[in-house]
Amino acid sequence: MSTTERSWPLWEVFTQGKDGEPHQHAGSVHATDAEHALQNARDVYARRNEAVNLWVVPSAAITASTPEDMGPFFDPANDKAYRHPQFYKVPKGVKVF
Amino acid sequence: MTLPHPALFTALLRIADDRLVLGHRTSEWCGHAPILEEDIALANIALDLIGQANLVLQHAGAVEGAGRNEDTLAFFRDAVEFRNALLCELPRGDFGVTIVRHFLHGLYSVLQWDALTRSTDQTLAGIAAKALKESRYHVRHAGEWVIRLGDGTEESHRRAQEAVDALWPYTGELFMQPADEADLMAAGFTADVSQLEAPWRAQVDDVLRRATLMAPADVWMQRGGRDGRHTEHLGHLLAEMQIVARSHPGAQW
Repeated sequence: MSTTERSWPLWEVFTQGKDGEPHQHAGSVHATDAEHALQNARDVYARRNEAVNLWVVPSAAITASTPEDMGPFFDPANDKAYRHPQFYKVPKGVKVF
Repeated sequence: MTLPHPALFTALLRIADDRLVLGHRTSEWCGHAPILEEDIALANIALDLIGQANLVLQHAGAVEGAGRNEDTLAFFRDAVEFRNALLCELPRGDFGVTIVRHFLHGLYSVLQWDALTRSTDQTLAGIAAKALKESRYHVRHAGEWVIRLGDGTEESHRRAQEAVDALWPYTGELFMQPADEADLMAAGFTADVSQLEAPWRAQVDDVLRRATLMAPADVWMQRGGRDGRHTEHLGHLLAEMQIVARSHPGAQW
């Protein structure tokens, strides 16, 4: 750690609640490296038995869309109803889809 | 089989008081740690240690059979009745002292709990199995920090080495087997702590080497805590820890 840059890098934390469930974004922690980030993530987000597995990812490694992308990225979906499979009849007995 | 009560009671106090006193010391960091994440980690470790003490004191109260429960034993004993190692009561110091102490005591704790999972005292064996997992995590947390501080900046290395030098004379007591536990040990109730020193030293040396830190050469080892002879620091710690319970005996919330 340089003396001018006093804060540690940021890491995004993903927790898996149970075996087989997808990892979900829980929040972020500061840490010097990956192992340290895992420990901090455990203490901040999984100390009350919330997870069976943790992922930590350097926040800098994430490429996110910007608010300006909202129009071009997401609007075109609105006027094309045929993109949405809502005309199909759902068979009886299907409760989750 | 009848329990050898007086000796077992004292042996349980030695186990519980280490965790109670070190846990309370660690809680002093709450709100003061260098960063939020570490604040939570230290508070979490403090709670684990106090939780371990709680279970062992509960058992000690039952073994004694004099109507004292875990709260009576924690809050209404004076310093001379405490049986923790001196290492646990020393002031919290800087972050380096805190981390190095957690590492040195944590490793001992893991080895002791591991041995106690084989205790012929079923209650103690059960507590040990639960506590072992927690202590393994504490060592992982502290060990990673020792390496980062020792092999970090010039200042962090200097402070970590000072912490090792200052705490080292208090480590010997952990492995001095109290004479009054001989019968208990023979009956398989408690672990022979003198057997834990060699594996402890091997693991300490491994981490210190990776941290570019040095264990001091042969030094005089302090002792007394296991027999109730404490440093001046314990009384001050107990005053703070016990004041509420003693000012409002029997209070509920």
